[in-house]
Amino acid sequence: MGAQIRVYRDKIRSTSSMKKIFKAMELIATARVGKARSRAQASTPYAEAITRAVAAVAAQNDIDHVLTEKVAEPKRAAVLVMASDRGLAGAYSTNVIKKSESLLATLREQGVEARPYLYGRKAQAFYDFRSREYDQVWTGNTDNPDVTVGREIGKALVDRFVQPTEEGGVDEIYLVYTEFQSMVTQEPVVKRLLPLAVVEDETTVHPLYEFEPSPEEVLDELLPKYIESRIFSAMLEASASELAARQKAMKSAGDNANDLILKYTLLRNNARQAEITQELSELIAGADALASS
Amino acid sequence: MAALDVQVVAADHAVWSGEAKSLTGRTVEGDMGILPGHTPVLALLAEGELTIEPVDGGGPIKAHVKGGFFSVDDDKVTVVADEADIRS
Repeated sequence: MGAQIRVYRDKIRSTSSMKKIFKAMELIATARVGKARSRAQASTPYAEAITRAVAAVAAQNDIDHVLTEKVAEPKRAAVLVMASDRGLAGAYSTNVIKKSESLLATLREQGVEARPYLYGRKAQAFYDFRSREYDQVWTGNTDNPDVTVGREIGKALVDRFVQPTEEGGVDEIYLVYTEFQSMVTQEPVVKRLLPLAVVEDETTVHPLYEFEPSPEEVLDELLPKYIESRIFSAMLEASASELAARQKAMKSAGDNANDLILKYTLLRNNARQAEITQELSELIAGADALASS
Repeated sequence: MAALDVQVVAADHAVWSGEAKSLTGRTVEGDMGILPGHTPVLALLAEGELTIEPVDGGGPIKAHVKGGFFSVDDDKVTVVADEADIRS
């Protein structure tokens, strides 16, 4: 058998086994993206309610608390970057890391020291490869986030936020994650968790709340809950985006594998036909030579 | 008569929403009843029963809530609990 045919046959075989993997991964992503979306949607009312309450409280200036304190010139900011654990999701991680890089550049221009917090192995790999420092990293299950990890991240960030700036605490907390817009569009976004951007709107007058039992205790309770819920709902949304991106990437990988298989099959058939033709002409030439001698 | 616009949410799902005549919840300092026209308040919840009297009749809705807080503002009541499930 000709060497050429063998080469093509091997290529077809390996491409079709890869195609099976792509197909399986696409199906898994498709099956799980629905669940991830409904989890993200289910956590939205809670996150919204808590954000409203925090916004109302933050608008009240007469309470002395880290939550309502205004820092005129922020010195340090924590930036939480949410990428994925695994690749095979197209440009998902690259896009969100790129977005975080531009945020870091903006912060640097403003003279703010950025402290990166990473979520997902891809983000960690990006920093490790460039020997860049980061404060903390969480990995595992980015496509199916666990509420305990969300609490852990929230706690780490809140601890850092309540620390005084002189002792290494941060004045701002930013969140970079991928927003799920639809099955085909996922957009990396930057959100500032703290301090809250109070919308100075004339029409919405925030009420002056009475606090039970006391303003301090309510705010102490509210701050970690707010951060945790925002982080966890971002994690859920990022996981839905990751799965949707993976589904899309695997779909096009499968399509490309199909194209390759078609191309190689054609080439293999050409090679086989060429070999048969050559053998035939050799036979005929041999017979001719025998007959004329 | 004015009614309360009540929304009850737990960490991972919306529990109940609708109009109510009154609502009673257990705060860390004891039970607290809310009627329409209540002053704006933000209170921490203790573990305990939350009772809602819906406007459209029927028996009171009882839910077991754990942790969280509730806010009252212009007859809008938002109960944000860590865990909540309706027992009715």
